[in-house]
Amino acid sequence: MAAPPRPDSIALLDRLMAALVARGIVTEAEVAERQANTDKASPETGARMVARAWTDPAYRALLLSDGRAAAEEMGVSMAGAPPLGVLENAPGRHHLVVCTLCSCYPRAVLGYPPNWYKSFAYRSRAVREPRQVLAEWGLNLPDTVEVRVVDSTADYRWMVLPMRPAGTEGWDATRLAALVTRDALVGVAVPVAA
Amino acid sequence: MSEMPRFAAGATVRVKDDWPERRGPCHIRTPHYIRGRTGTVVRPLGAFANPEDLAFAKPAPKRTLYHVLFAQEPLWQEGKAGDTVMVEVFEHWLEPHPIKQEA
Amino acid sequence: MPDDTPIPAIHDIGGAARFHCTPVEHDEVPPDAFGKKVDALRQILAQKKLMTVDELRRGIESIPESEYFALGYYERWLRSIALLMVEKGQVEEGDLR
Repeated sequence: MAAPPRPDSIALLDRLMAALVARGIVTEAEVAERQANTDKASPETGARMVARAWTDPAYRALLLSDGRAAAEEMGVSMAGAPPLGVLENAPGRHHLVVCTLCSCYPRAVLGYPPNWYKSFAYRSRAVREPRQVLAEWGLNLPDTVEVRVVDSTADYRWMVLPMRPAGTEGWDATRLAALVTRDALVGVAVPVAA
Repeated sequence: MSEMPRFAAGATVRVKDDWPERRGPCHIRTPHYIRGRTGTVVRPLGAFANPEDLAFAKPAPKRTLYHVLFAQEPLWQEGKAGDTVMVEVFEHWLEPHPIKQEA
Repeated sequence: MPDDTPIPAIHDIGGAARFHCTPVEHDEVPPDAFGKKVDALRQILAQKKLMTVDELRRGIESIPESEYFALGYYERWLRSIALLMVEKGQVEEGDLR
């Protein structure tokens, strides 16, 4: 669990906000509105994009060539957001996304990064011993699969397009989307048909 | 500015073995573990304002960004052969490998 | 590794041996009210062109090692935002004490 903020940090935020408000730089209402907007983003968006790509070849092609346009087609506003790249898993290749330098994450389509993604342990270990990290979370990939770690170091943000699980023939996009978890969109899990 | 990317997909490149951290305050997006290492350009990703300048509110000319692929095992002397690491690297951190005289 | 291998900067922790044996805790708890507020404030200051994400990172990277690992994620952001606002003359150091 992430520790709660220290009292001196809470006091610092209060003082900084008060100074910025006093100088007319921001208002409390602006901050609250922005927070409410940020709260709306969630992995359900990424899941819907993946499910549509599984059922619509033209959308799949768009998703892989221009993630930003693909997100906008699902009604996500990408104005001001970094470019979105989508990494296609295949029978011989599994992608795992990490940001070793900070915590770059495709927030427009996945929401706030979870604490584990921001943790020192994940940031340091995923790039060096990805198979161990995945195995500890229950994903054992065969040796015939290339594990490709994607270190998100610069201007793009990366999301994984997992493989559609067996046993989902004939499912519609809504039912498929329910199988796609945040973990699968980062690459620490793969979707399975329940 | 729309300069052609210097490296094409498939080119072998070496990441500069440079440590600006030793010379003073800086902000670098090239992680330590690929410096001095050789990789393969997957594709150019477009041109973006240089974060090393943006970090200090300086004018930041655009630089071409690449996806560069490295074999996992040589980076760490551990792991499984065939596994890889793909990193976004700016052009000014890359040099051709082996170094050739430009015509 | 040879002894003359340069030590990476504080935030550049890919492969760092000190976390080699630390399990990745599957913590899915969303940010608390403090974190969400810092997050929203950062977005607004960026939108108003008062700071860039690279300046935020540079400020985080300048936190001394003992503090860097002791502070929470959004506490590091807040330290950096405060530093930048003072640096840019938007607020004064005295405002924050």
